[in-house]
Amino acid sequence: MSEVLVVILGFAGGILAGLFGVGGGILFVPTLVLVLGLTQVHAEATSLLAILPTVLVGAWRQSRHGNVDWRAALLVGLGSVVGVEGGVQIAKALPESTLRRLFAIFMLVVAASIAWRALRPESSYPSNDDRL
Amino acid sequence: MRVRLLAIGLVAGVFSALFGVGGGIIVVPLLVVVGLSGRTATGTSLAAISLTAAAGAIAYGLHGDLKPGPAALIGLPAVGGVLLGVELQQRLTGKTLALGFSLLLTAVGIRLLV
Repeated sequence: MSEVLVVILGFAGGILAGLFGVGGGILFVPTLVLVLGLTQVHAEATSLLAILPTVLVGAWRQSRHGNVDWRAALLVGLGSVVGVEGGVQIAKALPESTLRRLFAIFMLVVAASIAWRALRPESSYPSNDDRL
Repeated sequence: MRVRLLAIGLVAGVFSALFGVGGGIIVVPLLVVVGLSGRTATGTSLAAISLTAAAGAIAYGLHGDLKPGPAALIGLPAVGGVLLGVELQQRLTGKTLALGFSLLLTAVGIRLLV
């Protein structure tokens, strides 16, 4: 039964990835912790692996719509590879409960920033006319 | 421009590995700040995250933290979801969906805290 819930939340995470240009990890990590009982570190590692096929397919579809600036993507991607090692070291050094609380706070901050951006008159979310 | 894009990536990479997310939540608004349109920012973010997630999965994999079974269970349905999400994005306004997403994150975040 919990597998069905994971599949549903995985699908939902994919929809969010396509809509908002994110990886879906913000749903994958709590799903892996709360539904499958993974530790926070294992959930985060596993989430990154799950994100990979999601964003590859998403980027391919978006490129068909002409919505990928490949040069910018390469530069951001290369910068991120350098940052990743630092993030892994911090995550592995923190106690499990601290990392989990930090993640929860990160979720709440993200939720607040999304709501704030969506409610501003000049919303920065893509709309039909893509006015920014 | 080149330095700013690399800096965006660096910050996103730390957040990505620390929280097991793609980092798009940081990348998309910053790409808009440096001048990309909203939809191009989301598409470009997805492409950039491919490198981020690959690097993060490899780094955690070297520590033995990857669980391939659960990754497939959640990641393969997500591939179907992203196909739908990209098509929806070409047609819909994001505002209502953004607010729904925000509420969902708030509920799950509180559940994780208590």
